[in-house]
Amino acid sequence: MFVSTRATKRAGWRLLLASTNLVAMAHFLLSRLVSLGLSLAVASAVIFCAIEVIPGDPAAFMLGLNAEPEAVAALRHELGLEGGLLERYLAWIGGMLTGDFGVSYTYRVPVTELVVARLWVSLPLTLYAMMISTAIAIPVGLWAAARRGRAGDVAVMGVTQLGIAVPNFWFAMLLVLAFAIGLGWFSAGGFPGWEAGLFAGIKALTLPALALALPQASILARVMRSSVLETLGQDYIRTARAKGLSERQTVLRHAFRNALIPVMTILGLQFSFLLAGAIIIENVFFLPGLGRLIFQGITQRDLIVVESVTMLLVLSVIVVTFAVDLAYALVDPRLRRRA
Amino acid sequence: MKWPLSLCVGFLLFAFFAMAALLSFVWTPHDHAAMAIDARMQGPGPNHWLGTDHFGRDILSMVMVGARTSIAVAVIAVGIGILAGVPLGLLAAANRGGLVDEIVMRGNDLVFAFPSLVIAILITAVFGPSAVNAIIAIGIFNIPVFARVARGAALPLWTLDYVLAARVAGKGKLRISFEHVLTNIANILIVQGTIQFSLGVLAEAALSYVGLGAQPPTPSWGRMLADSQTMIALAPHMAIFPGLAIVFTVLGLNLVGDGLRDLLDPKLRRAR
Repeated sequence: MFVSTRATKRAGWRLLLASTNLVAMAHFLLSRLVSLGLSLAVASAVIFCAIEVIPGDPAAFMLGLNAEPEAVAALRHELGLEGGLLERYLAWIGGMLTGDFGVSYTYRVPVTELVVARLWVSLPLTLYAMMISTAIAIPVGLWAAARRGRAGDVAVMGVTQLGIAVPNFWFAMLLVLAFAIGLGWFSAGGFPGWEAGLFAGIKALTLPALALALPQASILARVMRSSVLETLGQDYIRTARAKGLSERQTVLRHAFRNALIPVMTILGLQFSFLLAGAIIIENVFFLPGLGRLIFQGITQRDLIVVESVTMLLVLSVIVVTFAVDLAYALVDPRLRRRA
Repeated sequence: MKWPLSLCVGFLLFAFFAMAALLSFVWTPHDHAAMAIDARMQGPGPNHWLGTDHFGRDILSMVMVGARTSIAVAVIAVGIGILAGVPLGLLAAANRGGLVDEIVMRGNDLVFAFPSLVIAILITAVFGPSAVNAIIAIGIFNIPVFARVARGAALPLWTLDYVLAARVAGKGKLRISFEHVLTNIANILIVQGTIQFSLGVLAEAALSYVGLGAQPPTPSWGRMLADSQTMIALAPHMAIFPGLAIVFTVLGLNLVGDGLRDLLDPKLRRAR
């Protein structure tokens, strides 16, 4: 009898805890989703208005100085440039929601087609750079923290301080000078396409990814180092040491995992830096990615391309930030309750 | 008070380039815009210390004048951020939870969702490439940074006794914000200003590298790098010197920022 009441009581408690947890999680998710939607709405409005401000009519620009007014009017109609601001904005948003980004003014093909082709360069490049940056930064930061104040730590701090100051496009040029022109290991630019094989594709993206990754790895390594140092000052680390764990076990088993939380936030932020950096780096290596597409769009007055690619970049950053927030809440229950 | 080592080293590095920029107003080794096709792409030598570019222009002179562009763009962009951002942040802190606070915080979220470089590219694309538009593009992103930092630093001060005393004495929120709160968060703002300054130099270099910054004939470090790119196998010095100028200026500013933080925030120093 006694045993059973205790069991029911325990089960009841567990149920209550689980339900409050669920409610908190649902509340957190909902509030995040609302702010996600709001951000997207405002961002799209800002981008649309910015592009609308650009002086000059794309149709008149495309047809040149001697165009007949009727021809310009016909082209305006074809490009969907007629109608009020709000009408066109809604058409643009509605199209994007169904995957229709409109038709490029200069290429005369659907923007979606252009974007998807370029995405196969920009996205692998960004992810490749992120992998390199994480693979370098986390062990290096951990290593430096474990050697706090000693020669190794000082060296890491010095090198990363320098790494933060190096513009990635200049670093890219130095890599080309050393590994493409000097040693001849890589080509200095261009992309053979994934049809040429996985290896050829990865090889072509290696120098650009390195150029993108190393400055970011410097920041990440410093965050990792200070985060490990902070966890090393916690009570549970003292407990771990007191119960006789070796320094190595203490750091790897206890400090490492807790130190990863702030590193995760920075990783999420880095995605947007890397994506933006990729736009510049693609220009150094003549890679046919989203960055080249934006610049071509700007010079050719292909506003619909500029508009859509910018929106796509902003969308991916907002979604990644959302995902990081979510992952954060899953790892650290305290954050859920605070929200 | 003893100056931290990083502050001294950083200050010397930055001062070197700031002096070069100032000096370029009255003297450069050669005319930075003078072309000499017969002397093009020469390596460093006694006549041209850092060599010449593909038009035979003196690289040292161009780097010196480029320092002017870089520093001016970054300083004004930081100025925009401080002048617009700090009052917003102070106001938000003074009326915590109010309308201004809400706008500042939501605006912050929004700006951080935009990859700053993408928007800077968009802005310069909309208004045309020029140094002024580069300043505006970089400056706009400094506003929420300073608003957030000022708000965060000011919030805890509003619970302190001396602010309470000022309220009892009948001072309004605006007056307290500027007379008491601002003076007490100035340290933090100076450190943040140094960081934004170095980011501004990097951003200016990136924008002018892609052709959206200062336009020819005004030399800028980023465009010197862009020009050197196709010639890198023939004349690597064209790429190396402007790049080093960017790295050392940014490194100097970052070290100054670190040093100032140590100097101005004793709590942090003890924790190290």
